[in-house]
Amino acid sequence: MSNQEPIQQEFNITIYTENQVGLLNRIAIIFTRRKINIDSLNTSPSEIESIHRFNIVITESEDVVRKLTRQIEKQVEVLKVYYHTNEDVIWQELALYKVSTDVIAEKVSVERLLRENGARAVVIRKDYTVFETTGHREETDNLINILQPYGLIEFVRSARVAIIKDSEGFNAKLREFERLEPGEEVIENEYLNKGAKVFTM
Amino acid sequence: MEVAQQEILTPAPAKETTRVSGSVALLEALIAEGVDTIFGYPGGAIMPIYDALYDYNDKLNHVLVRHEQGGTHAGQGYARTSGKVGVVFATSGPGATNLVTGLADAQIDSTPLVCITGQVFAHLLGTDAFQETDVINITTPVTKWNYQVTDANEIPEVIAKAFYIAKSGRPGPVLIDITKNAQIQLFDYEGYTKCDHIRSYRPTPIVRPQYVEQAAALINQAKKPFILFGQGVLLGSAEQEFKAFVEKSGIPAAWTILGAGAIPTDHPLNVGMLGMHGNYGPNVLTNECDVLIAIGMRFDDRVTGRLDKYAKQAKVIHLDIDPAEIDKNVKTTVPVWGDCKETLPLLTALVEEKQHTDWVKLFNEYTQKEVEAVIHKELNPSDGEMTMGEVIKQLNDLTKGEAVIVTDVGQHQMVACRYAQFNKTRSNVTSGGLGTMGFALPAAIGAKYGAQDRTVVAIIGDGGFQMTCQELGTIMQSGVDVKIIILNNRFLGMVRQWQELFNERRYSFVDIQSPDFVALAAAYRIPGKCISERDELQGALKEMLDNKGSFLLEVMVTKENNVFPMVPQGCSVSEIRLK
Ligand SMILES: Cc1ncc(C[n+]2csc(CCOP(=O)(O)OP(=O)(O)O)c2C)c(N)n1
Ligand SMILES: [Mg+2]
Repeated sequence: MSNQEPIQQEFNITIYTENQVGLLNRIAIIFTRRKINIDSLNTSPSEIESIHRFNIVITESEDVVRKLTRQIEKQVEVLKVYYHTNEDVIWQELALYKVSTDVIAEKVSVERLLRENGARAVVIRKDYTVFETTGHREETDNLINILQPYGLIEFVRSARVAIIKDSEGFNAKLREFERLEPGEEVIENEYLNKGAKVFTM
Repeated sequence: MEVAQQEILTPAPAKETTRVSGSVALLEALIAEGVDTIFGYPGGAIMPIYDALYDYNDKLNHVLVRHEQGGTHAGQGYARTSGKVGVVFATSGPGATNLVTGLADAQIDSTPLVCITGQVFAHLLGTDAFQETDVINITTPVTKWNYQVTDANEIPEVIAKAFYIAKSGRPGPVLIDITKNAQIQLFDYEGYTKCDHIRSYRPTPIVRPQYVEQAAALINQAKKPFILFGQGVLLGSAEQEFKAFVEKSGIPAAWTILGAGAIPTDHPLNVGMLGMHGNYGPNVLTNECDVLIAIGMRFDDRVTGRLDKYAKQAKVIHLDIDPAEIDKNVKTTVPVWGDCKETLPLLTALVEEKQHTDWVKLFNEYTQKEVEAVIHKELNPSDGEMTMGEVIKQLNDLTKGEAVIVTDVGQHQMVACRYAQFNKTRSNVTSGGLGTMGFALPAAIGAKYGAQDRTVVAIIGDGGFQMTCQELGTIMQSGVDVKIIILNNRFLGMVRQWQELFNERRYSFVDIQSPDFVALAAAYRIPGKCISERDELQGALKEMLDNKGSFLLEVMVTKENNVFPMVPQGCSVSEIRLK
């Protein structure tokens, strides 16, 4: 109804959680219920033993992302949720490419191309070779285009992992959570801490 | 520190344990949590728990419902009137799937429930075993928390968590699925410890004084402030704090249907009901106030109507315990996060004592217009068939507004909520967010268990009654005392009203036939009466209320009455129609 669509962009959502069966579903349905596609989802350990870390990437407006993060944070086993634009995180995706060993052996130029693109061979067998590269989406995409003419047999890209540039990790926060009466910053959404920036009088 | 040293010197004595089954541990946990009533239905996968229950008959009152959905609604009714957690038992598979409607209802209306479902043996999980369903995944979207227990050792801690989560913060339903082996398994039971902390769960935000101060400043400057209150006031047991705030600030206050009764209906600053079938003044003046103070309510679309034309002129203060509610639907100027039991007194201390005489008068003028256009003829018809409104009015006169009113969903619900008098809090039990037909009869059973010394009157439509009328069996067997009024308009009235107003009277499958309700009640040995004449009404209501035990009164009302005022869907609250 509004004539100006809010700007959509990639957001990196970082979720610190307990390690609990079923939590992935609880988090996933917060997106699917609103018919929002998850571009990428990664679960991994975090800097703290027993605390899990989700990295989720979606393309949405900030307003929607903020609401989603609050719904996620509401889940009992979720400790904390952050969201960041691509500029605010260091992020990487890993890709694997399988090509025929014969073909690249014939075409020496392929080797050079791969090196130029920062790829390295993980496995070299008689019948095929697997290359790996890590980087941003454009970089891993780029290599697909390069390898396609040489008969790319198989391609796969991992979910995105992202480190928050101005984060000091979760150790101090966790200690707060473990207290019965924690400080203000953990108990509420950090958007409130930004006060005036979010809520205009 | 001292404690630590002591521990080194004298080794902690081994905790005393007894060997008990998972089922016994569960029942002990319920007793420790103060549970007195369970609504449930047995079956294969929950048999060990029912077997243990056989020996707990003196401590736990189990009410055998006739359908597990009825169990959940009874649990909800119990929770609403008592303020405690409703407890429901069901077996695996179909027993568990029958809970889903009640869970969804409890989730959207923030009602604390703990549902225990039996599950097949752990080694059979995922094998499509007899009566196996993936209950955890089916119920995830409709529970605040759920968990599957496969080892009896987990039971005390998990049940403690379940109760803590269900009732703390913004309450909600919790489901614990217990595999049969865990119910049977013997383990070393160390006793029960209640839960008061889960590190990843923060039920109540810390109150931030600066926001309370900003809110007070806005309120003190306001010329036309307006309070909207919801169930949060009841859930926080903050009725006194709320009344103090309203009376000191002198601000008119209107309620969502789940907030009804937080302040008595006839309080001079209670200006009526919000929303689609709410009162005229509260809807229109939402778009004229300068400061809107929302307390424990979530701006449901039935309350706001068209959002982009909702209170755009107003600064919005939102008091809520759930951070996710702030800005969800209506952009907030000042969020006051926290339990309103805590925040309201802080706010009251800072607001100036005032009387907004002219502004309140404006509400009264709108009320007058509504009385003339709608209310008078609804409550005092002189000829023709009876109206739903006059039944409620006569009921008010007899109960003096002291009864618990449980409503189903439809026209009768809107009429009952609009016109019932609530002197006391926790008097209005209805399915608000989900609008679940079939809610009222089982919920009334639970409501009575939750408030044994109060009169409980269920007001139900001819359609909705037929959705859960098997619960008459529960009434018969338990002997619970519920007064049932069926307002029979021989239609699925609310849908018919929409078809009349918006579909050119194309009445598509809304003329519903009913059995002889009085005979149906009689089959369950419940006395009843059907009336269609105005001069029988008062006597029949008296007979119902005076009857020792349950009674079913069917009142034949006008077939094609419409509920007004009405904010048509997609319209702004100021476009509310009086006819
Ligand atoms: C379980 C369920 N199914 C369908 C509906 C849609 N619905 C809302 S009101 C209504 C009509 C209710 O008829 P009745 O119980 O006779 O009450 P009345 O409106 O006539 O007072 C219907 C079908 C619903 N709310 N719940
Ligand atoms: Mg009807």
